[in-house]
Amino acid sequence: MSAAETLASSVRADAPPAISLKGVNKWFGALHVLRDVNLDVAMGERVVVCGPSGSGKSTLIRCINRLEEHQEGQIIVDGIELSNDLRSLDAIRREVGMVFQSFNLFPHLTILENCTLAPIWVRKMPKKEAEELAMEYLTRVRIPEQANKYPGQLSGGQQQRVAIARALCMKPKIMLFDEPTSALDPEMIKEVLDTMIMLAETGMTMICVTHEMGFARTVADRVIFMDRGEIVESGEPQSLFNNPQTERLQTFLSQILRGH
Amino acid sequence: MSDITAGTTLHSSSAARSAPVNLVGPMAWARANLFANWWSTAITLALGYLFIRFAVSFVDWAFINAIWSVPVSPQGVANTEACREAKGVGACWAVITEKHRFILFGTYPYDEHWRPLLVCFLFVGLYIVSAMRRFWRWELALIWVAVLTAIGVLMWGGVFGLTYVPQERWGGLPITLILATFGLAFAFPLAILVALGRRSSLPAIKALCVLYVELIRGVPLISLLFMASVMFPLFLPEGMNIDKLLRAQIAIILFAGAYLAEVVRAGLQALPKGQYEAADALGLSYWKKTGLIILPQALRLVIPPLVNTFIGFFKDTSLVLIIGIFDLLTAGKTAIIEPSWQGFGVEVYIALGLIYFIFCYAMSKYSAGLETELNKGRRR
Ligand SMILES: Nc1ncnc2c1ncn2[C@@H]1O[C@H](COP(=O)(O)OP(=O)(O)O)[C@@H](O)[C@H]1O
Ligand SMILES: [Mg+2]
Repeated sequence: MSAAETLASSVRADAPPAISLKGVNKWFGALHVLRDVNLDVAMGERVVVCGPSGSGKSTLIRCINRLEEHQEGQIIVDGIELSNDLRSLDAIRREVGMVFQSFNLFPHLTILENCTLAPIWVRKMPKKEAEELAMEYLTRVRIPEQANKYPGQLSGGQQQRVAIARALCMKPKIMLFDEPTSALDPEMIKEVLDTMIMLAETGMTMICVTHEMGFARTVADRVIFMDRGEIVESGEPQSLFNNPQTERLQTFLSQILRGH
Repeated sequence: MSDITAGTTLHSSSAARSAPVNLVGPMAWARANLFANWWSTAITLALGYLFIRFAVSFVDWAFINAIWSVPVSPQGVANTEACREAKGVGACWAVITEKHRFILFGTYPYDEHWRPLLVCFLFVGLYIVSAMRRFWRWELALIWVAVLTAIGVLMWGGVFGLTYVPQERWGGLPITLILATFGLAFAFPLAILVALGRRSSLPAIKALCVLYVELIRGVPLISLLFMASVMFPLFLPEGMNIDKLLRAQIAIILFAGAYLAEVVRAGLQALPKGQYEAADALGLSYWKKTGLIILPQALRLVIPPLVNTFIGFFKDTSLVLIIGIFDLLTAGKTAIIEPSWQGFGVEVYIALGLIYFIFCYAMSKYSAGLETELNKGRRR
């Protein structure tokens, strides 16, 4: 990581939380994947979630935009409680953008079409306006010249930056990242992290599942460590990484430090 | 490289050369593929000999010794003496010359044959326009409605000064094209709905779709056609009668729908889950997600099996022969019932085969082209 100093925090603690989870439980069949998860994320807060594979990190953030349904507890996003009501689902999906580990760009559409699809069809934006918006975000992630190519013609790092631009085109209030750099070759990780840092500087509320400790130290207001479906520890990145309180976090940190 | 004295080796850069002549070109291809060793040479020669013998005798039969026309008496009875003498030596294309209008249009009133002919051209025109990606817009649906209406008007008549022709008198190629076109045009959307329904999270819809597919697939098309023509009228209230062609048409639609649904479902299943999730995360509704993201990709994946099924059903429409609908094949069979033409089935079936082949081969070529075009500039 090049940027050593942390970003100025833009957390607005006085405002109601952007995301609030109370006593959330989820099972896959008999498998208890989220156990009594309580979490409040303030507007503008940047949260990094880490933890061993299979600990429920993906499930946690997928519950926040209801790609998964939770069975117990309450999840409130931007003042809207998640329920089976389709209208609330629509509202949530407009407010929350998501970036996946495997990019999930639409391969049959050009980069520009990938970005304008949702604004046109969900936000009912005129095509021309949507294209201008898309070009603006593609410029921000520094790939405007690829607009008319297809995803398959781009490198992994470029595809992930398009995926970020695509999510941003919906003007979400909250962005979720599920291991956005895990599928990338090492030389491409930095370009994606830089894009995410740039996004953090704009004051976006972000939850990132990532094991990039440098990124967590630079950007995160708070790091959450999950293990076996529970939030085991949470705190500021410096204190959490430097003074892990639990043995589970110590083991985890020593493992990923060895890995890097 | 014989006198290396220094301790390090210098690799001189070599310019790119074209491959040696004996590695490229037709001669090299033949050597590698046909005459690689003694037994492949033997097989090549043996097959080559058989092929040439067959080709020579076919050309003799079909062209050199063929009889293209025979005298016809004023009463309209053909004198096929010459043909009978040449039997086995030369083809009797005179049967086609004499009977082609009956084969193509069946018992449709002779003076009105321009109407089914125009219908055939309208169908072909419709296929060509629909095949061009340039026209893949929603307006195409309007064109279809307009052309199909025009086809109905032309075939039936009774308006615009056209004489009325009852459906029982239609026959030949227009019937085949009607059955195939309406069949696939309705079966395809039905198949998409059924395929989506089979993956639905609503148990009732899912069960209904599974039931439909399994029931229809478990029954031969012939028995479905029989049911449509014999059994179905028994259940209708007294005095009500649905056109026989329409009943056969519905049977074909239902049958093709079940098969196509499975092809479409294969495409839906081949799509990575991430595509569904990305569309959901962007807030697309079910139908927008399906129409904009899922189907365009899923259908593209299954173009080859889809066209395979299309071709199969184009030919399967000829099964309506057994319930007495006068399609192209039935018309051909009927043409040679006349005593003077009996025994010239081969010529008629070759001609019929050629017509079917032209349509099927066009579909096959088109699908291959479409696949390449849709995959252009995309790796995946
Ligand atoms: N759709 C699913 N069906 C059943 N089990 C699942 C499903 N998704 C995840 N799991 C299981 O839930 C647990 C948590 O998964 P996940 O949230 O993906 O973990 P992480 O992202 O931390 O690696 C794992 O044991 C995983 O096998
Ligand atoms: Mg995960």
